[in-house]
Amino acid sequence: MMLVRRCGRVLAALALAAAAAGCATIPPGAGSNPADPLEVYNRHVSDFNDRVDRALFKPLAEFYEAVVPELARECINNAFRNLGEPVNAINNLLQAKPAEAMTDVLRLFWNSTVGLAGCIDVAAKAGAPRSNEDFGQTLGVWGFGPGPYFVLPLLGPSSVRDTAGRLFDFLRTDPIWYLDNIRLRNSLVGARFVDFRASLLPAERVLDVAAIDRYQFVRDAYLQLRRSLVYDGNPPRLRDPEEDFEENGAPLPRSK
Amino acid sequence: MTTRNLVLSIALTALLGLAALAPLPAAHAQGAASAAVAAPDALVRALSDDVLEAIRKDPSLQSGDIARLNALVDDKVLPYVNFEKMTRLAVGRSWREATPEQRQALTREFRALLVRTYAGAVSAAKDYQVRLLPFRAGPNDTDVTVRTQAVPSRGEPIQLDYRLEKTDAGWKIYDVNVMGIWLVENYRNTFAAEVSRGGIDGLIRTLVERNRALESKAS
Repeated sequence: MMLVRRCGRVLAALALAAAAAGCATIPPGAGSNPADPLEVYNRHVSDFNDRVDRALFKPLAEFYEAVVPELARECINNAFRNLGEPVNAINNLLQAKPAEAMTDVLRLFWNSTVGLAGCIDVAAKAGAPRSNEDFGQTLGVWGFGPGPYFVLPLLGPSSVRDTAGRLFDFLRTDPIWYLDNIRLRNSLVGARFVDFRASLLPAERVLDVAAIDRYQFVRDAYLQLRRSLVYDGNPPRLRDPEEDFEENGAPLPRSK
Repeated sequence: MTTRNLVLSIALTALLGLAALAPLPAAHAQGAASAAVAAPDALVRALSDDVLEAIRKDPSLQSGDIARLNALVDDKVLPYVNFEKMTRLAVGRSWREATPEQRQALTREFRALLVRTYAGAVSAAKDYQVRLLPFRAGPNDTDVTVRTQAVPSRGEPIQLDYRLEKTDAGWKIYDVNVMGIWLVENYRNTFAAEVSRGGIDGLIRTLVERNRALESKAS
């Protein structure tokens, strides 16, 4: 109950912060991209996310980046990602990649022991690289397209398929979720979030330069990246862009 | 973790081909002529190594000196990259309606934006080594993808792929993929939206303003 009340208070503060700042600008023609029929909703949520981020998450992450030395941050990041190995292993199995799943299990074992609770990625140094799998990708391998792009409140870019995948990973295979000690669990979830947000900071500085329309840039990057991950980094070419220059050529569908 | 990778790749898209935009040292200028007829993977290999070496050697490049980057791109990298094709593919179908002057302006401004983006990321590049993945191409191929990995001194390798087209002047890079994100593809929707709002001139204006704003922020 304590937790519920505290969460409620945090969310109320977030809502207040977002409301204080007004509305997102919706460009004409929003929603006409077949990959993003929910664009109007998505832009509002993105805008909300950005405001909360600017007010709360980003300053927190910057503080963390400024106070904690780089090596320690790397250790913490590795440790949290070590906890993600079960997600990798289970999804590699579900995608019929037993060798990769085995690697994930061995990685979890070696990194948790010799690698000091995941702090050092000794397995990668020994030639067993970390995989990057989740249930959204598994659904993709099983033949589900991403469905409409879908921005989640606070969590950011996703798709209908990946949201379902995320829920599954979160509830079924995320080890932190299995902790009985609620306070410890919540602290870890919070710390993991700060670690995650801090890891985005360098990239964000570049995004600020590269993106003309930040929303579109992030969306298109997300959709491309997820498609690439479903094919483990080597997806078939969608279309020949030169086709756009043939007379009467209709555009091919964009998504998988 | 997904989002982490996403933003990381956006940043790295900015690295935009350690090879595509970055400088070749003078020592390799002589290699340029032979590289023009070299196999595409050899070209990428040479270009990547040269670029990284140049960055490591030159502190002013590491600090993102735009004038210096631009001079070096003009001088050394241009022979290997087809910026016009890059721009044409990103602009998509409206390219057909663009006048030669508009095409020139689009290419110039898009390139300026890419160089500026690259400048922000170049300081990180010095810690990377480039490794080529196995490459296979038939003798008659005219459009190939060369796959590489940028391997940092610590941490995980980063996918870095190049699309090259065979021209009369040898192989030319026209697109770069960083961690699963193709650069050209990622600008297509934004460019199309700008064109539908304000025509080709509208897109040019947006790019010009964007570059100008970034310039004034940097100085």
